[in-house]
Amino acid sequence: MIGIEHYLTVGAILFVLGVLGIFLNRKNVIVILMAVELILLAVNINLVAFSAFLNDLTGQIFAMLVLTVAAAEAAIGLAILVIYFRTRGSIAVDDINRMKG
Amino acid sequence: MIQAIAFYFFATIVVASAVMVVMAKNPVHSVLWLILAFFNAAGLMVLLGAEFIAMLLVIVYVGAVAVLFLFVVMMLDIDFAAMRAGLSRNAPLGLLIAAVLLAELLLAVGAYNAGGLTLGTPDGVTAQPEGTSNIAALGELLYGRYIVLFEIAGIILLVAMIGAIVLTFQPPKPGARARQDVGKQIRRRPEDATVMKSPEVGQGVEL
Repeated sequence: MIGIEHYLTVGAILFVLGVLGIFLNRKNVIVILMAVELILLAVNINLVAFSAFLNDLTGQIFAMLVLTVAAAEAAIGLAILVIYFRTRGSIAVDDINRMKG
Repeated sequence: MIQAIAFYFFATIVVASAVMVVMAKNPVHSVLWLILAFFNAAGLMVLLGAEFIAMLLVIVYVGAVAVLFLFVVMMLDIDFAAMRAGLSRNAPLGLLIAAVLLAELLLAVGAYNAGGLTLGTPDGVTAQPEGTSNIAALGELLYGRYIVLFEIAGIILLVAMIGAIVLTFQPPKPGARARQDVGKQIRRRPEDATVMKSPEVGQGVEL
């Protein structure tokens, strides 16, 4: 029988894959943003799993808020990426620390 | 039985496509694998009885966020091969941290499995009432008990929208193209623009 620990394991694996993606693709901001989306998806799976197994809908409300923030974060992140590309002609994150000040 | 089969099906595909998101050489392929991961996560949520979240995942993530990623990846002209140059340098550290993190998270799940831990007991205030659908119960909560959170989420989205527009807005270059000034057009009178002349025969008009 599928219990809550199965869902938590899937969430844990997805979370770790997201963290790994940030390390592996350190130069490519787009893939880093996608890895952040994966991390948020793992959080959502955990929230919904707890919500279902405790019969408490608050977890699903929280999952909805996480979804909202994920969408806002993707929009702002990609907008920053577009203006960065417009001014620099590349999206190499190694150079971003030159923007200080 | 069928539930277990469906769970392992969705879970396997979601994990495999997450691996491909991280490992794919071409970011366009990464986005497509991300879409597959979201679809299968939505399947997992249907299995949990959260139909509304599953539909939201498909609509918001697949329909909006992933397509936004796809647009940006295809719009920017980037040499993706050069981006992967540092891959092998970062790989050992990343794998080490990922392994430690996974071990810790699975240890937590295993500790729960071993017993002696309780997840806490919900007070039942926000439990799904018998005989109501998931969407109806969620709507009751979202527009009642959690109305403030709902409005804050709306403000977050509004700020994000304004921010994205302000960030990417390019003011038109001066001289690139004449802009229409409605007030100037309306203020213009016929006497400003036309003159009456009655030239002699054989003479031109000096404009």
